[in-house]
Amino acid sequence: MHRNNVLPELLYQETHGPELLANTHPADWRNPVPKDKYNLVVIGAGPAGLVAARGAAGLGASVALIERNFIGGDCLIMGCVPSKAILRTSRLYAEMHDARNYGAPVPSGIAVDFPAAMERMRHLRGRLSGYDSVQRLREEGVDVFFGSARFMGPEAVSVGGVTLHFQKALVATGARPKTPDIPGLAQAGYLTNENVFDLIHQPKRLLVIGGGPLGCELAQAFCRLGIEVVLAQDDPMFLPGEERDAAQILSDALALDGIEIHLNSPVVAVRLDHGQKVVDIVNDGDKRTIAVDEILTGVGRSPNVEGMDLEAAGVAYDTETGIVVNDFLQTTNKRIYAAGDVCLEHKFTHSAEASARIVVQNALFLGRKRLSALNIPWCTYTDPEIAHVGIYVREAREKNIPVKTFTILMHDVDRAVLDGEEEGFVKIHVREGSDRIVGATIVARHAGEMINGITMAINSGIGLRALAQVIHPYPTQASAIRMAADAYNRTRLTPLLRAFSKWWLAKGRA
Amino acid sequence: MPDARAQSDEALLDRFQHAAFGYFLENCNPVNGLVADTSRNNSPASIAVVGFALSCYPVGVERGWMTRDDAIASTLATLRFFWNSAQNEEPLSTGHMGFYYHFLDMHRGIRVWDCELSLIDTTLLLAGMLTAAMYFDGDSPRETEIRTLTDALYRRVDWHWAQGACATVRQGWKPESGFLHYGWEGYSEAAILYVLGLASPPHPLPADSYAGWSSTYQWENIYNYDLLYAGPMFIHQFSHAWIDFRNIRDKFMRAKNSDYFENSRRSAFAQREYARRNAHGFVGYGENCWGFAACDGPGFETLKIDGRKRRVFGYAARGIPYGPDDGTIAPWTALASLPFAPDIALAALRHFCAQYPDVTQADRLPSGFNPTLPGRGPGGWISEGCFGLDQGLIVMMIENYRSQMIWNLMKRCPLISAGLRHAGFTGGWLSQPEARPDAQK
Repeated sequence: MHRNNVLPELLYQETHGPELLANTHPADWRNPVPKDKYNLVVIGAGPAGLVAARGAAGLGASVALIERNFIGGDCLIMGCVPSKAILRTSRLYAEMHDARNYGAPVPSGIAVDFPAAMERMRHLRGRLSGYDSVQRLREEGVDVFFGSARFMGPEAVSVGGVTLHFQKALVATGARPKTPDIPGLAQAGYLTNENVFDLIHQPKRLLVIGGGPLGCELAQAFCRLGIEVVLAQDDPMFLPGEERDAAQILSDALALDGIEIHLNSPVVAVRLDHGQKVVDIVNDGDKRTIAVDEILTGVGRSPNVEGMDLEAAGVAYDTETGIVVNDFLQTTNKRIYAAGDVCLEHKFTHSAEASARIVVQNALFLGRKRLSALNIPWCTYTDPEIAHVGIYVREAREKNIPVKTFTILMHDVDRAVLDGEEEGFVKIHVREGSDRIVGATIVARHAGEMINGITMAINSGIGLRALAQVIHPYPTQASAIRMAADAYNRTRLTPLLRAFSKWWLAKGRA
Repeated sequence: MPDARAQSDEALLDRFQHAAFGYFLENCNPVNGLVADTSRNNSPASIAVVGFALSCYPVGVERGWMTRDDAIASTLATLRFFWNSAQNEEPLSTGHMGFYYHFLDMHRGIRVWDCELSLIDTTLLLAGMLTAAMYFDGDSPRETEIRTLTDALYRRVDWHWAQGACATVRQGWKPESGFLHYGWEGYSEAAILYVLGLASPPHPLPADSYAGWSSTYQWENIYNYDLLYAGPMFIHQFSHAWIDFRNIRDKFMRAKNSDYFENSRRSAFAQREYARRNAHGFVGYGENCWGFAACDGPGFETLKIDGRKRRVFGYAARGIPYGPDDGTIAPWTALASLPFAPDIALAALRHFCAQYPDVTQADRLPSGFNPTLPGRGPGGWISEGCFGLDQGLIVMMIENYRSQMIWNLMKRCPLISAGLRHAGFTGGWLSQPEARPDAQK
């Protein structure tokens, strides 16, 4: 099932659409003749590689971009893009079933058209692939080479039988799904994000192993598309590391959707029995056996560090944590940088892109931009969404930063009530005794959109007092942020200030 | 049944306290002192309920609901049973390493339901034993034996082992699978667990375990109340049944200029605020109809009620404001807020009496009721019988409100004050001479 390094045969089937292939890896592509030396050679055409290649080319650098599979990387082919397309369709089905709560009749005979949902996803993926198509890259002056890259020394890399010499290089080869070490799983067969979007027929029953972002998002989406979903998670809660209360709300939401939830429950064995995948799940010593048609795993990602002869370039790496970089994203070879999933702890498209921008500046323009200076928000696109930026209370306490959290429940936000989207909260963490925002978590239908106001405030050093002055159009869900700022202001009204205010007003009446 | 509207607060409270106390007389096995988890047929014993029973007997004696002799007999039966019970790694024993299984067979006193060796429930059992040892301070051989056995039972507990080589105490252990892989971390009812564990002379918890427990505390402003957050109300009550947290503060509360008692008061008000908002549109919720805690519920299923998909639960911890919430109210937890917020607790009790006679019949509050679901009366679904934990908490919290009897007993308990000090508590009654360990010898 695992297809590392292998062009997925299915991609050539018509289900993926000719548009995607033409944009991301044309069959008739011929690698260009290499220049004598490039300012920047980028290995990997995912989000980080694309941003770096286009950014550098736009600034006049000579750039080569090497990709072994498809332009766009995981995000486009098997990550954010296809999953969000499916989430949208699944949400529509959920709302149809819930129509009565919106004052509308539930449509009769709602039948899920699974192939149509997948077809829509593939169509949209094909369309979005055009923005980063190989033709556009060529037009922008990027030399695109398809093939596997291999370092030939500290300043050269080979691809497709030619050698590229570079002033600087960027390794942005991304990551791939980890394989869970479960006896029988490989033999029984399983899906990962790499091939789950290739599903053509709807399985009746699906086991999702892993309650991280991917597992939760897809478990909910597939459940809403009419699949009987079982979600098994080793940890006591979903989204380990996320705020407990966020995980609690998510857990309730998933259960309400009808997902069978097993927390604290490692999967210990899988076997095939009459075409079914029979799975043993253990919870505190109690074993349960379930039968499913498909298994999807989402238990983390491993960096793609193998096969490039990084040793020849003097680039140190770890197969678990990826390429070793300093705060300037330099590897142990000062000419070679890394960005994105291959070296970052937080493996997101937007953090990959942000790290690539740092690399362009640091590698080519003597920049001294630091990775640690970035405020990277993230969002899990379940319903409700869970978005976070900055530090968690747990981290703050570990660092001895006294923190106070201002919480606004979405059920106190008018627009959320009117929209029927009142599950969730906005929590803004400030350093106690000040209004300085150190982090925030939002659980809401549109948390991913709402978090941006807080990220901007943190980036710009704007505190909660100033946020209270920001006028939000009424009614909007994001006004929850201003409400949290108002709550902060109310806590500033000490008994002494209140007494003074009373005295002052009484004086006015005298 | 007298009309609650015509009764004074004192008479009303006496009525409910007395009825709650009756639970322990009715559901106790006099041979081994074990008390049933619930009043339902074939209920096993819960060791936590036994702890509440031991704490309630002194109240019963003082209130004239039980003779001192009977209280001593019940207490001794309990202590002798636990002292002589099987302590080993076998799946059908009573305990291990000084701890006990959560549920025991009422007659044989051995583990049932493949339950876990429970850290928190053993703690509540020990708290009850210590209460008895403080109350029965006479020189008779039987009262002396109560103190001797309690001391031995307490010393037998290996708190250090219960950490399972982690920074904090594990929640439990099973002979089949070892420690449960989650610990007591973050604000919860386990404050008293750390207090008793830190004070142990032979097997103490290290001081940094308390820091580990409190490392995930969340200080939040919710509904305009500044509070140390915990969703279910019982978390703000269990340790307080024994320990008077007024004006004593650990490092965290000193930094926040608050204390755990004040925190429980605010939490009760936050519960009320949540019910007033009634964001999920449940029947009954209102300013006098609140109480969200671990309680019995209608059962784990998804229902369609008035076109709305609702998930309801069986026995589960319900909490505010993040849920889970299925429309089930735990009336006892509102009443048990009495010491912290007497006005709103009494108003809630009177509301339950006036609006839900089917819930308050026989003066013994059920574990939960759910007016959103159909039932025989206005209370809708009502949990069958009642639960020992709830009744014990009611007896103790009403008593603490009325006379502060349990609090005063435990203030004199050297282990409690030592444990609090090890956890970093200072001020208030801990500064009084009688709370100093050297003053108690």
